[in-house]
Amino acid sequence: MAKKEWPLWEVFIRNKQGLSHKHVGSLRAADAEMAVENARDVYTRRSEGVSIWVVESNHIHASHPADADALFEPAHSKVYRHPTFYDVPDGIEHM
Amino acid sequence: MEERNVEELERRFQEKIDNDIRIEPNDWMPDRYRETLIRQISQHAHSEIVGMLPEGNWITRAPNLRRKAVLLAKVQDEAGHGLYLYSATETLGADREETIDDLHSGKAKYSSIFNYPTLTWADMGAIGWLVDGAAIMNQVPLCRCSYGPYARAMVRICKEESFHQRQGFEIMTQLAQGTPQQKEMAQDALNRFWWPALMMFGPSDGDSKHTQQSMRWKIKRHTNDELRQQFVDVTVPQAELIGLTIPDEDLKWNEELGHYDFGPINWDEFWNVVAGNGPCNKDRIDTRRRAKEEGEWVREAANAYAEKRRMKKAS
Amino acid sequence: MNALFEYLLRVGDDSLILGHRLSEWCGHGPILEEDIAMTNIALDLVGQATSILKYAGEVEGKNRSEDDLAFLRFDRDYRNLLLVEQPNGDFGMTMMRQFLFDAYRKPLFEQLTNSSDSQLAAIAEKSLKETKYHLRHSAEWTIRLGDGTEESHQRVQEALDTLWRYTPEMFIDDEIESELRKTGVTFSVEELHASWTKIAKEVFDEATLVIPDNNWEQSGGRKGYHSEHLGYILAELQYMQRAYPGMKW
Repeated sequence: MAKKEWPLWEVFIRNKQGLSHKHVGSLRAADAEMAVENARDVYTRRSEGVSIWVVESNHIHASHPADADALFEPAHSKVYRHPTFYDVPDGIEHM
Repeated sequence: MEERNVEELERRFQEKIDNDIRIEPNDWMPDRYRETLIRQISQHAHSEIVGMLPEGNWITRAPNLRRKAVLLAKVQDEAGHGLYLYSATETLGADREETIDDLHSGKAKYSSIFNYPTLTWADMGAIGWLVDGAAIMNQVPLCRCSYGPYARAMVRICKEESFHQRQGFEIMTQLAQGTPQQKEMAQDALNRFWWPALMMFGPSDGDSKHTQQSMRWKIKRHTNDELRQQFVDVTVPQAELIGLTIPDEDLKWNEELGHYDFGPINWDEFWNVVAGNGPCNKDRIDTRRRAKEEGEWVREAANAYAEKRRMKKAS
Repeated sequence: MNALFEYLLRVGDDSLILGHRLSEWCGHGPILEEDIAMTNIALDLVGQATSILKYAGEVEGKNRSEDDLAFLRFDRDYRNLLLVEQPNGDFGMTMMRQFLFDAYRKPLFEQLTNSSDSQLAAIAEKSLKETKYHLRHSAEWTIRLGDGTEESHQRVQEALDTLWRYTPEMFIDDEIESELRKTGVTFSVEELHASWTKIAKEVFDEATLVIPDNNWEQSGGRKGYHSEHLGYILAELQYMQRAYPGMKW
């Protein structure tokens, strides 16, 4: 029988209340409970977290780098979405 | 046609590197870049894991509770760092299990320094001060490595390792200021670890077969000799400060160059230790292999249990 | 005899010796992630030993530090349970030892958070948080191994059979306990035993493990009568302090 490795999990940590979870790395675990606990032991040894998410790596669907031009470049030309696009007369603050 | 396509991809790849744009896991990359990274990162990971053993050797004999906790935390950090690095190799498609098997079969290498034995408590000081000191010098530039996951792992590792060297230097300082017996212990550890620490930076630039390409790819930012010189320049005054003597008769300050000149390194010893003739090579690998073999039934049991639960949930 | 001092040695030595045993695993775990997890538990235990023995030294009032107590007593002066000094064996043995102990320590620290001795209560409160996690970890592993493969089931059942005889010692109600109970420093050993039994039964049920019917008990640690293993633990633990007396490290 082929030896089976534990599945790979991606780990996301919330540093403190008010911030979103951020990807920090991966690890191996046989099940979700173990993945959360391992994440706690591996990635929060220095009080880096208040909350942990784990996702089995093969459940992550990613955009393809080759599509990057088509996906992201069209947004570059839409400068009018940014406040700096607009002229505000002198003397007006806080707008 | 096909060939031109690869050429074009390689040109664009190098352009990204030259412009300091990081390479991420799914981006196109030359096979040799991928192979070089897998080799370098896994070697680094293995060094962390094998590096747990010489220090682990003193955990149960640490002289007081504070030192015991610090040493435990440090060796545990090394396990964590090994894990971050194995994670980085997995983003390149290298399976962790296979990577580790390469270590156990002798195919993959690790830092030769960990093939030296830790004979006294002072060796904990010498390793923290010299070995971690040398490692940090190697690693800080890697935080700007062209491969994203490796660079990010290194940022984390460097941040965590900043206490490792300090605790080592603290141990050495305490010993150097202690009883004559303690001072002798510290000097003896420095005598044994100094030259192996210099060897940690790898062969001289002329003999280093990977350096040039790695620098072009920004996997490496400085040559071995540059880093070694930097280490000597920084470490010699530290030894003087605590009253220990670097075991090198040729060591002297070179006013003109603004560096320390130091004696020749015994490369014959280095290559022999790399090839497996160091005092502890066999012990280290046997220990790691045994841990893996003895853990086999545990890993299988966890898999079997997870499978059972999935079936139960599904039914 | 100072009952509180004696009691603190019991609690502190349990942490010290089990922390020592777990730290032997560092670098040898069945997988990297678990190596890190066991070291975390060892670190918690060393930290507990440090604060408890420090307090013990203060209570004793003979100017002994936590290090003096940890490193410079003789074998017969250690007060830990026989359970915690038992060799690591395989991972199953280590996890079973840990689970039997954690299932005792969690309700113990829960009790002690209400101790009339405020310092002991504070130590218990901090230790309780750690112990909850230890228990979760060791209980989950006990279940995984018990209900895993045939081999893992057999190994962990054997571990339970071997270690079961050391469990009654956790619940010996003696003159130290009764004296401290009078002033509300400690609490009912009977209730502690009941809590432990409940946790153990639940986990063993889920793990498909059978509690041995051999009820013969091995005890003595609380009075300083240890197994042969403790001498070797101390030989390592005390090596530096004995070989280089009176030096600072």
